[in-house]
Parts: sequence; structure tokens; C-alpha cells
Amino acid sequence: MAKKKQRTYQQDMVGDSINSIQKVVKPQEEGGSRAVKYLLIGLSVLFLFVMLALPLAVVAANAWREGWEAYLEAVLDEYTIKALWLTILATGTAVLVNTVFGVFAAFLLSKFYFRGRQALAALIDIPFSISPVIAGLVFILTFGTMGWMGDFLDQYDIKIVFAVPGVILATIFVTFPFVFRELFPVLNAQGKDEEEAAALMGAGGWTIFWRITFPHIKWALLYGVILCSARAMGEFGAVSVISGHLRGKTNTLPLHVEILYNEFQTAAAFAVSSVLVALAVLILIVKSLVEWKKK
Amino acid sequence: MEQQIVKVKNKKGVRVIPGFGLSMGVTLAMLGCFILIPLASIFISASKMSFQEFTEVVTSRQVMSGYLVSFSCAFLAALINGVFGLILAWVLVRYEFPGKRIMDGMIELPFALPTAVAGISLTFLYSDQGWIGAAFDKIGISIAYTRIGITIAMVFVGIPFVVRSVQPVLEKLDRQYEEAAMMLGAGRTRTFFKVILPELFPALLAGFGLAFARGIGEYGSVVFIAGNIPFKTQIAPLLIMSKLEQYKYSDATAIALALLLVSFLLMLFINSLQIYMQKFSKA
Repeated sequence: MAKKKQRTYQQDMVGDSINSIQKVVKPQEEGGSRAVKYLLIGLSVLFLFVMLALPLAVVAANAWREGWEAYLEAVLDEYTIKALWLTILATGTAVLVNTVFGVFAAFLLSKFYFRGRQALAALIDIPFSISPVIAGLVFILTFGTMGWMGDFLDQYDIKIVFAVPGVILATIFVTFPFVFRELFPVLNAQGKDEEEAAALMGAGGWTIFWRITFPHIKWALLYGVILCSARAMGEFGAVSVISGHLRGKTNTLPLHVEILYNEFQTAAAFAVSSVLVALAVLILIVKSLVEWKKK
Repeated sequence: MEQQIVKVKNKKGVRVIPGFGLSMGVTLAMLGCFILIPLASIFISASKMSFQEFTEVVTSRQVMSGYLVSFSCAFLAALINGVFGLILAWVLVRYEFPGKRIMDGMIELPFALPTAVAGISLTFLYSDQGWIGAAFDKIGISIAYTRIGITIAMVFVGIPFVVRSVQPVLEKLDRQYEEAAMMLGAGRTRTFFKVILPELFPALLAGFGLAFARGIGEYGSVVFIAGNIPFKTQIAPLLIMSKLEQYKYSDATAIALALLLVSFLLMLFINSLQIYMQKFSKA
């Protein structure tokens, strides 16, 4: 009896001491952490406001500066519309190519183990770490008059550099890993047991892909496509090198903005920018919706 | 039984899932056509130069100052992003407050916003007549067309990389250890620096590396605010651009190749440091 009593007494002692520590420590911590919390939130809000919100406000303020008519005139200008179409064409092609590549490459690297797998993954990531200007340069060095394919292209009268195909190729290069980067972690985490089971039960390749792999990646794929189109739409450096800035022919929207800005048509430049900003914000909203749906 | 069969097959090198050949073929063909072959051109074109010509271009005063501006501004911007990225990730993961979802969505804005648009609006904001630039102009600091402006533009493009690297790691971090550290009497600061930061460090370093690489290569958002004053605010990508406009292809190639090599070495260094840190923190 006595022993038992003692033990409970000891347990109470320990419990009490922990409780008392918590009681003493907690209020102090709470006060300090609340101050830190508001300080950190304040810093974050300030940073985002100055770095991200103000530049957007500048675009909006300057776009309307000369009134509605000037705004509409800039946006509905013949060259703006042509630039918009080229941007849509380049973005669409880049998204299509990168989706096909991303699905095959992610399937390959997550479902099969082979020598050089890591090296292949590293090669796919190359465009991420390359300056867009260099991305444009490599196409000039390949297909330009000085390039090693220049003579061949000349013979058949194919123009790539300073023409639409070059703009599209540069856009593809810069956005190449996006879809793959979104799909690969998802497929890798899923493993390959399901596909192996299906294969052993006699399912063919396409059936396995559409029935088993695809349902796992559909949200990640949509997410990758959204990111890819955002980046493709706004690409400037690479396209700027290779396009040659031919108005109405090889000008994308970002290049059109640059030309207007350099011609001191500031209001028009910001008006065209506002179209791109609207697209970017739209993409971000869709992206947030997809993220929310995924969860 | 079935599993045994699978294992035997795998040992022989027969793959169970069909589609290996097709996936490999499509992947390699597309990677080759769109990335590797064009990229090889830079080496083909560089091999036409003699080593002396190459070093002459790369070590000329203008090019060296371009590298210096690019690397120093990108490094500083990546450091600033490291600090603010960590704070932003912390605030987004650990605190609840109104407007948090909007804040989270805004992080990717520099990623979605076309760089040229970012470039001209930053220039407007920080020029001597701009909303922020005017205030700084009064105290005698001009931001646009100086290295401060370049750094700000690089901070703008780099911030999502740090936040998105740190955020998932912070979300997965087990709070037990912090609580244990606090129970054992460590203060908040000590807990943060001794318990939380070592766990986040590899992710932070990865984000730093990505932001740094992006800053070095960035063109669109930097070129407007830089103002291109020779020996002062000319960045390396701009030098490549201006050589191309003068049709000096071999000079452009040399500058690009040196930039590529240095960036790759830097990334290699950061990656190996990250792997080392990960091993260290797990041990």
C-alpha cells in the first residue's frame, strides 16, 4: 500500500513540475512570439507590397494615363493584335511539345531503372540554368547564316532565324523542363507496382497509361501546362535574340512592349503590358484553383 | 509466385511494363533535337576559335566588368532573397492571418509576369521621377540605372525560387524537436538557429542557388533598369546581345561559353555543398 502511494505521489510531483514549467514558460513565450509573429508578417507584407504589388500598380496607373481611347487604340493596334497571335502560337506549340515530352520522359524516368537515369534527368534540367540570351544564341549558331546548318537551310530556302520557327524553337527551349518537372515527382512517389500488376495481368502499354498512370498525373499535368504557358507567354530574352524584331512578323507581345517603350510611347507600352499582366494574373488564379482542387 | 516470376524476369533484364523503347526513343529524340543539338553548336562554334582569341575576348575589360556586375549583383540579390524568402516561407507555413491565400498566390507573380513588363514597371517605379525613386532621389540615392537597380530587379525575379524551395520542407518539419528544445530550456532564438535552421539549410541553399543562377542569366527584367552604362551597369547577357547586334558571333559565343562554364561550376559547388549538408544533418 505504502509503496503504491509513494509512486503516485512521485508521478504527481513530476506531473506538477511539468505543469508548473509550462505555466511559467507559456505566457512569456506567447507574448514574445506574438510580437515576432506580427513583425514577420509585417515584413512579409511590406516586401511583397514594394517588390510585387507596386510594379503591378505602376502598369495599371500608366496604362490608363492617357484615357480609354488611347488605351484601346494601343491594345487594338494592328501590330499588337499580330503580336498577340504570334505569342499564342508560340505558347501553344511550346506547351504541346513540352507536354508530349514531359509525359514520356517522366514515365521513362519513374517506371524504368536504367543506367544513366540520373544523368538524363540532369540533362533535361539544363534549360533552367541557362541564360535566355544564350538559349537564343544557340539557335542562331545552329540555323543562322554562320551556323553549321545555315547552308543546308539556305539551299531549301527555309528560314528559321529571324522568322517564326525560330521564335517557336526558342520558346520551346526555355520552357522545356516545366511539364516534366511537375510530373516526375508525382510519378516517382507513386512507384511502379500498379503498372507492373496491370502488365502481368495482360494490359497493353496504352491501356496501362490511360487507365493507371494518367489518373495519377492529371492535376500535376494541368499544373505543369499552366506554368509552362505562363513562362512561354512572357519569354523575352531568348525570343529577343532570335526574332530580329520584325514588326508584324516576328514580334511577340513582350517584344512589342519593348519596342513601344524604346520609342517613348510609354502609355502604349504599359497598355500592351496590362494585357500581359491580366493574362499572368488569370494564370495565377487558375493555378491557385488547381492547387486547391488537388488538395 | 507471381512476384518470384517478376524478380527472375528483372534479373534477366526483361522489363515488365511495356513502353520502355518508345518512351526512351521519344525522350531522347526530343531532348536531342530541341536542347542538345542546338547547345552543341556553341561548342562547335567555339572550337573554331583559337584559345588565345577566346581568352582575349573573355578577359577584355568590358567583358570582365560585365561578369563582375552580373555575379556581384546576382549574389547580393540571392542573399537578400535568402533572408526574405525564409521569412515569407515561415510566415506562410506557421502563421494564420487574413489574406494568407492571396499572399501565397502572389509569390509566383514574378514567375508568371513577363520579364519585359516587370522590367519597364520596375524602371518606372525606381527612376528619379518614380514613386519610390523620387523619395530616394531626395536623399541623394539614385536606384534606376545603377547596380542597386540591377540588384532589385534580380531580387524580384529570384524570390519565388527561395520561398518554393523552403516552404515544403518547413511544412514537413516535425514540431516535436522544437518543442523538445524549448522544454529543455532553449530560447526561441536558440531553438531557431540550432534546431530549425540546420533542417532548412539544404533547401535554403538550393533556393539560393536557383535564385543566383536566375539572376546571372536574367535579361528582360534587368536590361531596362540597368541602363547599359559601359563598365558600370552592363550585365553579361547584355554584352552577348550587343555583340550579336554587331554580328560579332564568335565574340558572343566566347562570352556565352565562359558564362556557361562559370555558372555550371557554381551550381556544381552549391549542389555538392547541399548534398554534404543533407548527409550532415541526417547523421
